[in-house]
Amino acid sequence: MKRILMPALAIAGKDLYSEWKTKQVVTTMLIFSGLVIVTFSFAFDPSNQAVRALIPGMIWMITIFAGILGLNRSFVSEQRNDHIHGFIVAPIDPASIFLGKFIANFVFVAAVQMIAIPLLFVLFDFRALTGASILYLTGVVFLGTFGFITVGTFLAALSANSKSSEMLLPILLLPIATPIIIAAVQATKIVLIDLEAISGAMSWMQLIFVYDLLFFVAGLILFEYVLEV
Amino acid sequence: MKQENELIKLPEPTLFHRILVIISIPMVMTALYLVFIWSPVEKRMGVVQKIFYFHVGSAWNAFFAFFIVGLFSLLYLWKRKRIYDMIAGVSAEIGVVFTAIVLTTGPIWGRSAWNAWWSWEARLTTTLILFFIYVAYIMVRNLDMEWQKKARLSAVLGIIGALNVPIVYMSIHWWESNLHPVVMGNTDDPAGSGMEPSMLFTLIFSVFTMSLLYGIFMQKGLYVEKLRLHVAKLKAKQHDKMVS
Repeated sequence: MKRILMPALAIAGKDLYSEWKTKQVVTTMLIFSGLVIVTFSFAFDPSNQAVRALIPGMIWMITIFAGILGLNRSFVSEQRNDHIHGFIVAPIDPASIFLGKFIANFVFVAAVQMIAIPLLFVLFDFRALTGASILYLTGVVFLGTFGFITVGTFLAALSANSKSSEMLLPILLLPIATPIIIAAVQATKIVLIDLEAISGAMSWMQLIFVYDLLFFVAGLILFEYVLEV
Repeated sequence: MKQENELIKLPEPTLFHRILVIISIPMVMTALYLVFIWSPVEKRMGVVQKIFYFHVGSAWNAFFAFFIVGLFSLLYLWKRKRIYDMIAGVSAEIGVVFTAIVLTTGPIWGRSAWNAWWSWEARLTTTLILFFIYVAYIMVRNLDMEWQKKARLSAVLGIIGALNVPIVYMSIHWWESNLHPVVMGNTDDPAGSGMEPSMLFTLIFSVFTMSLLYGIFMQKGLYVEKLRLHVAKLKAKQHDKMVS
C-alpha cells in the first residue's frame, strides 16, 4: 500500500505545487465556471421560482465542463520535455501515477466547486438550505466528483496520446460518465429540493459508490497498459 | 511486369467465408418471405410491427458485437496477438452499424406503437449511449500511431466500455422508474407472452439470419484488414526499392 501511496503523493504534490506557483488551471476553471453560471442565468430566468428545479443539473454541468477543461491539461502538460517517459522509467508502480494524477485533479475540481457552487446558490437566490442538506450535498458532490475524476483521469491519459486530445477527451468521457451524471443529478435534486425522500438519494449514492469502486479499481489495474510504450 | 504480378499475390478469402455467404443467400430470402408474406399482420399495430423482426435481430447483433469487443480486448491485453485486436476492431464497426439500424428502426416503430419517436426508456437510452461509446472507440482506433500502441489503447477502452454498459442500463432503468412511473406496459413488447407462434418462429428465424450476417461481416472485415496489412507491406517494400 505504502509502495503505491508514497510515489502517488509525490506526484500529486508536484502537480499541486506547480499549480500553486502558476495558478493557471484552477484560475481558468474558475473563470470558466463563472461564465457558465452567467450563461445559465441568461438561458434560464433566475427570478422564476420554477428554475430552482434546474439547480442540481447546473451544479453538475459546471463540474463536468470545468472538469474537462482541467483534465485536458493533466497529461498534455507532461508531454513537454517528455515527462511521460520519465514516469514510465521511474521505479514505481504505474498505479501510483494514476493515483497521483487523480489526487491532483480531484483537488483542482474540488477547489473550483467550493467557490462555484455557493456562487450559483447566491446568483440564483437559492435559500432553502439547511444544515442537514448541506451535509448531504457535500457527500453527494464528493462521491460524484470522485467517480467523474476517476474516469476522467484515466481517459485523459488515454487521449493524451492523440494530437487532438482536447477534442477526443469529451467524446470519450461523456458516454462513459453517463451513470454518474444521472445518479449524481438525481441525488442532488432530492437533497436540495425534497429532503424528506432522503432514502431515494441514499440508493443513488450507493449506485455512485459502486461505480466509483469499480472504475477506481479498473483504473489502477489498467493504467499500466495506457502508459506502456 | 510479370515479376510485379507475383509480388501482388493477394490473400484469398477463406473457404469458411465462402460457405457462409452461400448459406446466407437462401436464408435471407426465406427470412424476407417469412417476415413479409408468411407471418400474420399484427392486429393493433398493423404492418409497422414487421419492422420488429429486423429491429430485434439488429439489437441482438449489436449487443453481441460489443460483447465480442470487450472479450477480445481482454484477450489482446493478455496474449498480445494481432488477430485479437483485428477481431475487436471489426466487431466494433459491425456493432456501430447494427446499433445505427436499431436506432433508426426503433423510432419508426415507436411512432406508431407509442405515438412518440423517442422515449427515454432504459433499453433505448442504453443503446444510444452504447452507440456513442463505440463511436469513440472507433475514433481511438483511427488515431495516427503504430499499431501496438493503438491496439493497446483501444483494448483498454473496449474493456472500460463493456464494464460500463450494465451500469448505464441500471442507472437509466432507475432514473426512468423514478421520473415517469408508467411509461408503457409490457404488452407492447412483441416478445411477450401473447405472441402468435408463427410470429415467434419468424422472429427467431430472422434473429438467426441476422447472426449469420454478423458472421459474414466479421469474416469480410477480417479479410479487408488482412488486405490492408498486405498493401502496407507492399508499400513499404516499394518504398525501400525506390530509396535504394
